[in-house]
Amino acid sequence: MTTIQTATGATNTMVLNMGPQHPSTHGVLRILLELDGETVVKAGVDIGYLHTGIEKTAESLTYSQTITITDRMDYLAPLSNNLAYCLSVEKLLDLQVPKRAQYIRVLLTELTRIGSHLVWLGTHAIDLGAMSVFLYCFREREELLKLFEMVSGQRMMTSYFRIGGLALEPPTGWLDRVRNILQSFPSRIDEYEDLLTKNRIWLARTQGVGILTADDAIALGVSGPSLRGSGVDYDVRKYFPYSSYDEFDFTVQVRTEGDCYARYLCRIGEMRESLKIVRQAMEKIPAEGPIKADAPGIVPPQREKMKTEMEALIYHFKIFTEGFAPPPGEVYQRIESPRGELACFIASDGSQRPYRMKMRTPSFVNLQALQKMVEGRLIADVIASIGTLDIVLGEIDR
Amino acid sequence: MTETPDLEQHPAIAKIRAWRPEAVAGLISFRGDVTVIVYPEHLRPLAEMLAKDPFLAYTYLSDVTAMDRFPIEPRFELNYHLLSLSRRDSLCLRVRLQGENPVMETVIPVWPTANWHEREIFDLFGVRFEGHPDLRRLFLPEDWEGYPLRKDYPVEGPR
Repeated sequence: MTTIQTATGATNTMVLNMGPQHPSTHGVLRILLELDGETVVKAGVDIGYLHTGIEKTAESLTYSQTITITDRMDYLAPLSNNLAYCLSVEKLLDLQVPKRAQYIRVLLTELTRIGSHLVWLGTHAIDLGAMSVFLYCFREREELLKLFEMVSGQRMMTSYFRIGGLALEPPTGWLDRVRNILQSFPSRIDEYEDLLTKNRIWLARTQGVGILTADDAIALGVSGPSLRGSGVDYDVRKYFPYSSYDEFDFTVQVRTEGDCYARYLCRIGEMRESLKIVRQAMEKIPAEGPIKADAPGIVPPQREKMKTEMEALIYHFKIFTEGFAPPPGEVYQRIESPRGELACFIASDGSQRPYRMKMRTPSFVNLQALQKMVEGRLIADVIASIGTLDIVLGEIDR
Repeated sequence: MTETPDLEQHPAIAKIRAWRPEAVAGLISFRGDVTVIVYPEHLRPLAEMLAKDPFLAYTYLSDVTAMDRFPIEPRFELNYHLLSLSRRDSLCLRVRLQGENPVMETVIPVWPTANWHEREIFDLFGVRFEGHPDLRRLFLPEDWEGYPLRKDYPVEGPR
């Protein structure tokens, strides 16, 4: 358990325990605050309440089975987790994914980004007293979850990306649903902005609060919108393009103020940019074409082929009973998740199960910056700072 | 996903070779990821050099990952995944540690973000970091016995 040493010289401070069941900690996060009146003298972060040993579990699952547990890390952006994991296994196998599957992956992860930012905006606003924004955000997120349900059968634990491509062909009419969202969404973002961007209470609660300088942010390994709000334009989609992101035209949202308001503007801007990427992906996706790589023994064969070809039946049986064995070696694959740099490290020893799987989760690293952001500030700013970091405890504790 | 043809041409590797040739234990290039294997005693000064060098500028530490090669010795492997934001380049440093009393010098003074990464590795692998200001378990309770991500940790309890 985390204990706080009373700062030297301070005689009349008190220690306040916040969480792990506090509604504004967005999960099971415990913070110990040493207070001098209402000012935070020292903050200690205690995590681990949601530790489920996902990385250890992966060592006893086959490569395909492991996809299902990656969903459960960042449960607000399961498709981003799927993508990071699948890309790293594909890198290990040196497997090329068909363009059609790549574009659908981009489209879905960008929708995931919007969905995740909606939860962030809603909860961040409700923490700071703006109740109605939350209801609007969840109304729109529902539409996105329905889209995920249409393609994968699941609202949240999608496991839709598979090694070598996608699980299924998206259903007919699905792209029309996406098109509808594209039409209605820009005005919805305007609505949120009407409620918040020039709202005096919102400005008072976020401007100049939770300041993180660019140097501190880099030193602490902060990534994603939390880093870009401090004036660093690091975005994995631009720096190390994956899944054909280099073919898309979008701007990285950067603000220099480094406070909660700057990060708010970054994320709002990112939602609009994501819509732009989705629109481009819609145009790029070919009407026909494979959604899985042609890799017998790794990618399950088509159902139809299994009825006519013996090899297909054998491969199907082998993939689902014993899995496949990538060559020995270690790979590290980064992607840009809604929260920042999400990376997957996989070490293979040449067997059918990952020898070691490690996720570099952005929330875990970003949360380290909390101490820097809140010390010397008022206790009410702690709530704003937690909200602005957009943490998901599932991926912090893993 | 192309193999790097000549590792010696890599700017960081050339610099490391010139700086302290005896520090490098090996080079790996796999699927475009470049890894430099370093002897443990050289890692901390090397980290400082790579982060402070104005051209290389590996100022961003993405991640520290650990791995247990049990029963092979040296048993533990630590990977430091570095990033240079100015050159858009990544590099991995690897050290190997013996299973008997695995100790590594901390890199927190170079990259403060290493704090929780090192605590996580201490928690799950039992590798100690010398000079770490706050080396306690991160995820597991304080009274937990053993280090779960080690390969000789029992995954099934008594039945």
